[in-house]
Amino acid sequence: MSFTRFLAVARKEVVHIFRDSRGLIIVLIMPVVLVLLFGYGVNLDFKGLPVYVYDRDGSQQSQDLLKRFQASEYFDVVRVVNDYPALTRSLDDGHAKMGIVIPWDFSQRLGDRRPVQIQALVDGTDDNTANVLIGYAQAVVQGYSSDVQLEWLRNRGQLLRPALLSVETRTWYNEDLESSAFIVPGVLALVMSVIGAFLTSLTIAREWERGTMEQLISTPVTPLEIMLGKLAPYFAIGMFDVIVCALIAIYWFQVPFRGSFPTLLFTSAMFLVVVLSLGFYVSVIAKSQLTASQISLIITFLPAFLLSGFLFPIEQMPVVLQWITPLVPARYYVSILKKIFLKGTPTALLYPDLVPLALFALVVALLATASFHKRLG
Amino acid sequence: MQEKPQSAIIVEGLTKSFANVRAVDRLSFEVHTGEIFGLVGPDGAGKTTTLRMLAGIMPADEGTARVADVDVVHDPENAKRQLSYMPQRFGLYEDLTVNENIRFYADLFGVSRTEREDRSALLLQAAGMREFRLRLAGKLSGGMKQKLSLVCALIHRPKIILLDEPTTGVDPISRRDFWRILYELVSQGVTILASTAYLDEAERCHRVALLHQGRLFFCDTPKNLKARLGKSVLSITSSEPRRLRAELENVVGISSLVLTGDGLHVVVENGVSRIPEFEARLKGASIPFDTIQQVTPTIEDLFVHAVGSGAPSHA
Ligand SMILES: Nc1ncnc2c1ncn2[C@@H]1O[C@H](COP(=O)(O)OP(=O)(O)O)[C@@H](O)[C@H]1O
Ligand SMILES: [Mg+2]
Repeated sequence: MSFTRFLAVARKEVVHIFRDSRGLIIVLIMPVVLVLLFGYGVNLDFKGLPVYVYDRDGSQQSQDLLKRFQASEYFDVVRVVNDYPALTRSLDDGHAKMGIVIPWDFSQRLGDRRPVQIQALVDGTDDNTANVLIGYAQAVVQGYSSDVQLEWLRNRGQLLRPALLSVETRTWYNEDLESSAFIVPGVLALVMSVIGAFLTSLTIAREWERGTMEQLISTPVTPLEIMLGKLAPYFAIGMFDVIVCALIAIYWFQVPFRGSFPTLLFTSAMFLVVVLSLGFYVSVIAKSQLTASQISLIITFLPAFLLSGFLFPIEQMPVVLQWITPLVPARYYVSILKKIFLKGTPTALLYPDLVPLALFALVVALLATASFHKRLG
Repeated sequence: MQEKPQSAIIVEGLTKSFANVRAVDRLSFEVHTGEIFGLVGPDGAGKTTTLRMLAGIMPADEGTARVADVDVVHDPENAKRQLSYMPQRFGLYEDLTVNENIRFYADLFGVSRTEREDRSALLLQAAGMREFRLRLAGKLSGGMKQKLSLVCALIHRPKIILLDEPTTGVDPISRRDFWRILYELVSQGVTILASTAYLDEAERCHRVALLHQGRLFFCDTPKNLKARLGKSVLSITSSEPRRLRAELENVVGISSLVLTGDGLHVVVENGVSRIPEFEARLKGASIPFDTIQQVTPTIEDLFVHAVGSGAPSHA
């Protein structure tokens, strides 16, 4: 291993990257775009959903209930209508996501302490949103209902007692249920996959394609020098992009960061080794840039996107896919990212993810090292 | 003091097959230290495959090859330190400048900075490309590219240089620069093995090997090869060389006919004595021609003759 030769290869690779506008875009702009795209674009939160109301009672009590809907950040009571058709129309034309009908005997029944039902009409085209809406609406009504009961008990002069049983839901680690907090850390895995595997998959294939490999392998440069020299610039770029993305996540999207930054860098470096080695290996095998880039996207970017738990929780995947996920290195990295950002898990407790990730890094790096020979086929 | 090897390259029984062709077939030859040796043959003769094996970048099926006293079949990496290989297809980086390409190859061969600067100044001067130092290699003309390849190949003072069709597609001026540099190197004791499909270039080599379908036909100095032909060559200039050839094809005593730019070369025994006979024959067939005269054979005459008679020399 000669440091001069390693440096020569690395310097040349940097020139290739910076003289190619495509390379520059992928290196500098793509990471930011991905973070923003997922930070803003994939919004799993429901806030201020438009609600139309048909209040047939028009009493103080029905107003109280509606105020509670309005007070909830999930709903926005946009309009009160005077007949049923107006309500259904608002759902049909998409002005409202939910319509609430308060029955004419609402206050009367409450006064008699008889059960009363509120009708909620929900736009079910998107069943996920519909379910969430119904859940939120139930919570609002439940809250109102228990308050009415307490009020009634208090009026009867009974002692205030805490309810015997109550279910209190609390979401830990991501108290505000911000979906960007769930998603943005995982974007780092996507960015790394593109930088690592996609870009590096081009490097060796490009030398074959442009006919420069023949001259290169006729020199005393060793395969290891070629590999390390070619990967070093992408490693540096990858680490730079990790820092940029993390800063955007923390300062722009206000994603909590509770772990240690050195741990973030260290684990990112490990994941980079995995994707860089994979990219290099693919590049050696494929010998054409097009094939190499396609293979690398299929084996790194797609799994990082679909099977890593970055967007879709692994527990909710079909069982067969769940079986595959242990083979997806991004899965461990995404899990680590979420733990570092949201939980602040101490580094020592990351070993269930760290160990498999380290194993992957080792195996793939060895595979890549062994794959390249200074020989024409 | 160890004695210098007399032969810079020794090839014995070198063989390489691909799926359905024997690209190189039991090839044996020696290149003496300090000579320009030409590997001559048409497309597909096996020149590139031979040079790749000698450069240590393609494993041989059989046979041995010693380059600069290193067994290149078994220890290619050691041989690479001593030699320089310039592939047929331009092998430098088009998005790097002239200087950057030179620096890259200098670094790979461990050439120090001062040495690199001195040597590249000298070589670029000789190649007539000093003013192109900062130009991207991809923006150079074909001739310039080849000369840059040569500069990169020479930056570490190799003892042996393998050049694969170095002047194919190169303008005459660059070609002249190129050969001047090669002769200069040889005068310094460097050994050069160059392949060429141009037979006029073969004449510039000290010795040549004629290659056809992976086999060696002759290996000697251009002069001796011509003497070996043992026949004379008549040159007939004509505006209709193809008709000429058709007419002479089955004439007794003619061993081969070689089309040239302005006529036909006829390889024939006792050439001068048969000139009147040919003149009469062509007039009879009313085929237009200007002159018939005896000329010195070219490598091409030799080549066509050798291939036509189908007798490889190593038997
Ligand atoms: N990599 C290869 N794979 C398959 N066949 C090859 C390969 N390289 C050369 N050949 C075949 O070997 C023969 C010799 O080719 P080559 O050495 O390139 O000849 P030349 O350089 O004299 O034109 C040709 O028939 C060619 O098609
Ligand atoms: Mg060739």
